[in-house]
This record gives sequence, structure tokens and C-alpha cells, in this order.
Amino acid sequence: MTARGRGPRGSAARLGLMALPVAFFAVFFAWPVAAIVARGLRTDGAWRFGRIADVVTQPDIRHVLWFTTWQALASTALTLLLALPAAFVFARLDFPGKQVLRAVVTVPFVLPTVVAGSAFLALVGHGGLLDQLWGVRLDTTVWAILLAHVFFNYAVVVRTVGGLWAQLDPRQEEAARMLGASPLAAWRKVTLPALAPAVAAAALMVFLFTFTSFGVVQILGGPTFSTLEVEIYRQTSEVFDLTTAAVLTLVQFAAVGTILGVHAWTVRRRESALRLVDPALTARRPRGAGQRALLAGVLATVLLLLVLPLAVLVRRSLDAPGFGYYRALTRTDGGTFLVAPVHAVWTSLQYAVAATAIAVVIGGLAAAALARRDAGRLVRGFDALLMLPLGVSAVTVGFGFLIALDRPPLDLRQSWILVPLAQALVGAPFVVRTMLPVLRAVDTRLREAAAVLGASPWRVWREIDLPLVRRALLVAAGFAFAVSLGEFGATVFIARPDNPTLPVAVARLLSRPGDLNYGQAMALSTILMVVCAAALLLLERLRTDRTGEF
Amino acid sequence: MLSLQGATVRFGGRAVLDAVDLEVAEHEVVCVLGPSGSGKSTLLRAVAGLQALDAGRVSLAGRDQGGVPAHRRGVGLMFQDHQLFPQRDVGANVAFGLRMHGVTKGERDDRVGELLELVGLPGAARRAVAALSGGEQQRVALARALAPRPRLLMLDEPLGQLDRSLRERLVVELRELFGRLGTTVLAVTHDQGEAFALADRVVVMRDGRIAQSGTPLEVWRRPADAFVAGFLGFDNVVPATVAGTVADSPWGELPVPRDAPQGARTLLVRPAGVRLVPAGTGLACTVSARTFKGTHVAVHLQPPDGPRLEAACALREAPETGDAVGAEFDAAEIVVLD
Repeated sequence: MTARGRGPRGSAARLGLMALPVAFFAVFFAWPVAAIVARGLRTDGAWRFGRIADVVTQPDIRHVLWFTTWQALASTALTLLLALPAAFVFARLDFPGKQVLRAVVTVPFVLPTVVAGSAFLALVGHGGLLDQLWGVRLDTTVWAILLAHVFFNYAVVVRTVGGLWAQLDPRQEEAARMLGASPLAAWRKVTLPALAPAVAAAALMVFLFTFTSFGVVQILGGPTFSTLEVEIYRQTSEVFDLTTAAVLTLVQFAAVGTILGVHAWTVRRRESALRLVDPALTARRPRGAGQRALLAGVLATVLLLLVLPLAVLVRRSLDAPGFGYYRALTRTDGGTFLVAPVHAVWTSLQYAVAATAIAVVIGGLAAAALARRDAGRLVRGFDALLMLPLGVSAVTVGFGFLIALDRPPLDLRQSWILVPLAQALVGAPFVVRTMLPVLRAVDTRLREAAAVLGASPWRVWREIDLPLVRRALLVAAGFAFAVSLGEFGATVFIARPDNPTLPVAVARLLSRPGDLNYGQAMALSTILMVVCAAALLLLERLRTDRTGEF
Repeated sequence: MLSLQGATVRFGGRAVLDAVDLEVAEHEVVCVLGPSGSGKSTLLRAVAGLQALDAGRVSLAGRDQGGVPAHRRGVGLMFQDHQLFPQRDVGANVAFGLRMHGVTKGERDDRVGELLELVGLPGAARRAVAALSGGEQQRVALARALAPRPRLLMLDEPLGQLDRSLRERLVVELRELFGRLGTTVLAVTHDQGEAFALADRVVVMRDGRIAQSGTPLEVWRRPADAFVAGFLGFDNVVPATVAGTVADSPWGELPVPRDAPQGARTLLVRPAGVRLVPAGTGLACTVSARTFKGTHVAVHLQPPDGPRLEAACALREAPETGDAVGAEFDAAEIVVLD
């Protein structure tokens, strides 16, 4: 048996696993995006790349680019500033209610952007809580957007940085102390360098999410503030300037590609050998005034920034006597919809189930292929490509679906599957991200032990890998479910007018004048929040149930 | 039973196994001994089919195993840290190989009971593997490896992580067990005590090559070269020129056995062959250190010139550090290497 004798079999297995994900992303991602770009930049059979320069140099477009970049930078900085203390608190302090608080912090991350937008509107907007109390309105300022971005991405920093922090062996710091370092010096020289890649990775993710922000800016930005994604939407659906939209899509594509490249690099650095220990062993009761003040500060931040907006949202949805807004959702006489708005709940759930199934199959296969030890450079490149749908304009994807998938053999415009397909595109990267570390963490020698005992490769997967990743698979499915439930940018294009999803219905209600529409939007958002939070709490239970670390 | 011919494995240009030839006869217990990085684990993995060979061949019972995947080779491998399946209980771990070979449920249960009895854990089938002590895990791993009746059982550092007393007891148990079952065994270890206690034949490896092969007694009495002697824990190794029954060394003229090879050689002086005599006779030395070894004291001697010398000395007669003593040599305990 030679090395060469083994190679082809491994590659064949890998190709088999990759075939479906590759085909899926080619047909439902690359092709629609390419179709949009071609529609914008090609006339009479010739490419007009000169238009890129024309568009990018327009003053209002340059203003959009500038705003997109600086609000993303500001959001990232603000999120880090507010969330890093929380990462420490969750990692190293032990206090009653920590599990519940951890779940509470994560809820916003899985909430639809539309819900976050309406929650902040209810807090800082016209007639919002601050307006009623002190006459303060922030919905015309950039602060509403920045705070909503912190609201969303707080959990990204707490989970990424805090998760690693909790597993860093405190004895490393103790060793530094024994060698004569002060507590601060020990932290700076030992812990900080170990955390730095995680901080960088979290910051890049936050930057990516805020750079491509759509729902939040669409609702809170008003006519003044517009990100690339919002501008793409406006150009596509209001101005009908496909050239500008195509150019902006390319610009965003390039930016996101760069961010993901840097992210992949920091992740690789993060995988460098660190001594990791059971998180349960590193947390201590808060000691001293400093730690207690920090804990209090973090609790206050969570209450004000994360809990209050959601509470206000629920409060506003109950403004009409006798659940009036909720009851209004069951009627069709509002004129905004052809069906009762509450019907959107059912539609959303059906779509989400289908999208989750697709995302789990596609993402699971991709993760299985990527987790193989012998994964080559090409496959690792695919790893980064899989993240692209997270950052590429969802609006473009949605509109691209309509343009590209309208001819036989793939005429899906009339098919209900179009929406779940688009949502699965966004959900699949989350499935890969959740499954991949777990699959990689399965000790290869366990598989070898099974092989030596007579298990064929397929039996090895079923007997060893599957039982170990079953829980991660459920968690991944939950994420995909929440993501597809909240997906807005692509869905807003392809959801049929008579069959809107929850976020689309909320946005449509918000765009209409009148207290009743506003109240109904709050009520629908509350329903959406409850569904997402329920899905998440279920996941948290699954996570804490697990024995040992994945 | 097992035959390796010119087996070679390269990792990034470096040969981890370098043209290794090895034969293991039926019912033989062979122990591969070597420092970490000498390629001994790679040897096992190559035989198991977990590591592809870059050159050479592995045959089992006369059949070339090239292209035969691990799960069809019918060999057993006990991993260094056991690699018990964490999500299965003890019984399910032991039964795993039987299940893979399509053994019926009834037969499996019987065999699991029988094997747990054999390794000294009767009735442990329902226990969780996480609740087992290191020694118990080792026994379960052994039972799991033995269950499908492999034609060759391989052990990778079988007792590596256990504490000393447990290790010494288990080595005796393993030896008895293999004798009783007539199992063909290929084990690797870095612990010479373990290898000598377990094996019919010891194979010493160095840098992917076999440095010496022989019975434990042969290897112990006549290490093949300075490396093997050093690895077995002998420090008194010096270059010398042998003429007749006298060797000219940095420690002066030493007596060597009658049939010793002649010329420029390497000399091994066992500590037991260094006798301490009152100062003024023999090689003049100062005691630089002494370590208590339980049955004797190892005394480190510093001659005026030449390398340090280790002597084994009865507890009562051991000199103090700093004492001036003389050293005399016993030809029976001196080995001319190479």
C-alpha cells in the first residue's frame, strides 16, 4: 500500500461530499449574482466596465460608501468597548443567574433585523419611550443605528472572546506571576496575546455584519443614512438603476471578500496551540470592589441596551386595549395585505422548516468534507467561499433569483421553494461554522480505533462521528432556523405579495402611516421575537446538557 | 506471521521508518523499544494500515497487505491512550469489533462477559468509560482489542500513563495472559523494564532503523552499540583500544574478556564492574555525587582526567560525597561494543 494508492480514494470521497454543496452554491448563489452584475454592466453583448468608475465617483454614492465604512468602524469599536468587559465577566466570574443571562445576551443575535429596528424605533423614535419621558429622539441621528448594531453584535464578542477566555488555563497566568509579573503584566503578556486573535476575529465578524447591515438601517436610517446594502435595494427596487446596483454589488463583494480573507487568516492563527481547560474550572466568585463594579456595569449595560428595547417593543405592542393590535393582525381589512397578517407566522414557519432542512444537508455535507484531515488547499479555499453569502448583498441574491431562475430548466419564479432556497443560502454558513469545529475536534484516533476493529469508513462515520456531532447538528439546525426566520434582504424581493414572511410583513406595516399599522408591526415583531427566543432557549438547553466540551 | 520488508515511511522528506525488515513468528511476543521519535508508533500504524508505506511491504500470514484497508486486515491495535469510545459503556466498547464483524447479539454478550472476566473486570459491562480508572481503562482497551480474535495484537505504549506499581503488576498479568492465549503480539514502548518483562524478543529502534534485535537477555548483556547501551541506561561508555585482554581507555588500562574483539572499540563498563577500594590503589577518584537506588547506591566518581564514572555500591559501603577513593575493574562486567 503506497501513499499514492491511498490518495485517490480520499479525494474521491471528498469530491462526493463536495458535489452537492458546490452545485448548490453555483446555481443558487454564483449564477444569480453573476446575472445581476451582467444585467448591470453588459449592453449589446459588450461589458462596460467603465461604468464602475462612473458610479463610484458620483458624490452621493461616495457619500454612501463613506457612511457605510465609518458607521461599521464606529459600530465595531462601540461593540468591543461595551462587550469586552462582558466577555471577561462571563468567562471568569461566577454569579447566580449566569446561564440565564448568557441566553438573554444571545437572543438579539438571532433576532430578525426588522425586530431590532422596530424595537429601537419604539425606544428612541417618534413617540418612543425616550421621547415620552424627556423628549429625546435619536431616530434621526446615527446613534440609533450604532446602538442597534451593538444590540445585535454584543453576543458575537461575548461568545467568541468569552468562550475562549473561559477555556484559557489560569495556571498560565499564575506561572507568569510566579516568575515575577504583576497581575496586570501577567494579563497583558500571557492572556491578552492568547485572546488577541479571538478579539480580531470577533471584531471582523461585527464589522462584516454592520458593513452589510440592511434591515436596521432601512428602518432607523430614514432618508439621511444609507449603507451600501440599503442603496442597492433603493437602486434596484425604487430607482430601477441596475447599473448602479450592479456596481455597488461588486464593491460590496470586494470589501466582503477582503474582510473574509483577513478573518480566515485570524482564525487560522487562533487555532494555534493553546492550553484549553474546562470552562467550569476557571470561573470564580467576584472578589473585591473592582470585580463587583464590573459585574454591575455589565448587568446594567445588558439591561439598558439589550433588555430595555425588547421590553419597550412588547409594551408598545400592548398599547391598544384588549390586545387590539394582536387582534387586528387576524383581520384582512387593513388594506396592507391580501391575507390576514397573522398568516405570515404560518408562512414563515413553513419556509423556515424547509430552509433549515436544505441548509443542514448542504452545510453538513460541506462541513464533513472540510473536516477531513487530508483537506487540501482547494477545499480550504471553499471554506472561505462558503462564508460569502453572509456578506454578499442579500438584496442582490434575491433580485438575482428573480432574474436568473426564470427560464427552464430552472423556472422557479412561481415556486414556493424560491424563498427557502434563498434563506438556506444564508443559513448554510452558520451550519458549517457550528459543525466544523466539532467534526474537527473528533479525535482521529477514535476513528482509527474503530477502523482497526473492523469498521468500514461509512460505519466509522455512523458509529463514531454521528453520535458525537448529533447535538452540534441540532444546534446548527436551530441557528439555520432562526436565521431563515429572520432573513429579510433576499426575502423582501422574492416573497409573493400574498404570502409575506414575518419580517417582510413587519417592514410593510412600518412603511404605512397610522397608529394601527405601527402597533401591528410591534405586535408581529413581538411574535417573531418570541418564536426566535424560544428556538434559542431550546438550543441553550441542548448546549448546557452536553457532557464535556465538544 | 508478520513480515516487513524494506518498510519505509517519509514525513516531508524525513524517513520516519527507514527500510525496516522485521519478522514476527506465530505466538511470539515482540517488543519494539526506542526513544520517542524513533518511529516505533509509525511502525505499528503501518502494520495496522493506518499509515501508508512509501516503499517496501507488509505481509500478514504470507499475504501482501498493500491496498488492504485497516478494517480488513484483521489485526488488533491498542492505542497509547486507549481511545475508548466515550459515548459507549464498557460492554459496548468491547463488543464494538464483534458487531463490525457481524457477530450475533447472544454470542457478543457471551464473549464480552468472557473477556471482561479474562482482564479482571467481571460484571463491568454496564459501567461508563468515563468512570474508569487508568488501569481499568487499560484493561477495557485490551479486552476490546482481543474481542474479535485478531491474528496479531499490537500495543502502543500499553502501560505508558499508569503509575509505577500498577505498571509492574499489569506487565506480569499481560505476560501471563499472552502466554495462556498464545497471542502473537507486537508492542512498542520507550520503557526498557516494560519491554524486557513483556517480550520474547526485543527490537531496539533508532531514527527509523533497527539498531538491535534479540532476546531481552542478549540485548541486556551485549548492547549492539553505544546508542543502545546509552538507551538502556548505561553511562560508562568510552572509546578504547583493545589489545589481547587489556583495553587502553581514558580510565587507564582495563581488563576485558578473553574473546573480546580487538582494535579501536567502544567500551561499556557496567556500574557493578566498578569496585571501590581505599584511596591509593586503583584509579584515583573523588566522589562527586551519590544517589540512592533502593537496592544499592549509585556513586558518581570523578577521575583526575577522563569522563565521570558510575559505580554500584552496597548501601553500607557507600562513601560520602567528596571522599577520595580508588576504583578497580572487573573484566566480567566490561563489554566491548561494535
